[in-house]
Amino acid sequence: MNRRVFLQRSLATGAVALAASAGLLAPSTVLASWNKAAFEAKDLSSAIKGAVTGDAPTESADIKIKAPDIAENGAVVPVTVSTTLKDVETITIFSEKNGTPLVAQFDFEKATQPFISTRIKMGKTSNVVAVVKSGGKNYQAKKEVKVTIGGCGG
Amino acid sequence: MSKKSSIKIRAKLKNGVTTVKALVRHPMETGLRKDKKTGKVIPAEFIQNIVCEVNGKKVINGQIGVAVSKNPYFSFKFEGANKGDEMKLSWTDNTGKSDSLAAKIK
Repeated sequence: MNRRVFLQRSLATGAVALAASAGLLAPSTVLASWNKAAFEAKDLSSAIKGAVTGDAPTESADIKIKAPDIAENGAVVPVTVSTTLKDVETITIFSEKNGTPLVAQFDFEKATQPFISTRIKMGKTSNVVAVVKSGGKNYQAKKEVKVTIGGCGG
Repeated sequence: MSKKSSIKIRAKLKNGVTTVKALVRHPMETGLRKDKKTGKVIPAEFIQNIVCEVNGKKVINGQIGVAVSKNPYFSFKFEGANKGDEMKLSWTDNTGKSDSLAAKIK
């Protein structure tokens, strides 16, 4: 091994070690964090487990999911989740029968109202599931959306 | 900025609550679709993170996946802001691209 190669390699490993230790020290402050494992989970229960920390969610009537009963185009399904639960930390949206059910997760601050509206893709007729983390506990609600033309894949 | 932003924002204050409606121009490719002409898989290209700040303070932070529709739309609400306050929306995608736009609350 010549000197140049040796220097390059030691620099590279040094950088990796530095990144790893930074990650260990402050995992929540790393910018642009993305929960890869949860987004790639293939079924609803493992997606929920991966995305939502804490106990398994209990059903709640205080979560409102607004979505169409029948969606003609699965590529664009408007979904609105709101809740009267207090101290909402996160709202996570799942589409149960999608290849990867986790759709999106939103972190809320104190001043932010527990309301989120977006448009999602649904592969086929399925439940839209919303999990709300409120005061350290998890709650969920679901609503079935019938999809005429699926919106995943080509 | 001569380039047109990929983001459109409307932020309206009413009765102490600011309602934001935002639209981002983005393909949100899943990485599962095939190009009909070439038969090749179109590589995944989707927004992973979206953040909204008001006066430099974060109000909402979203992690999103491929199941959010093309040209994503988001709407959310927050309290405690005033007319004329500046809000900023930023996104980052899986290919490392990002964009942000600041808007005044009306």
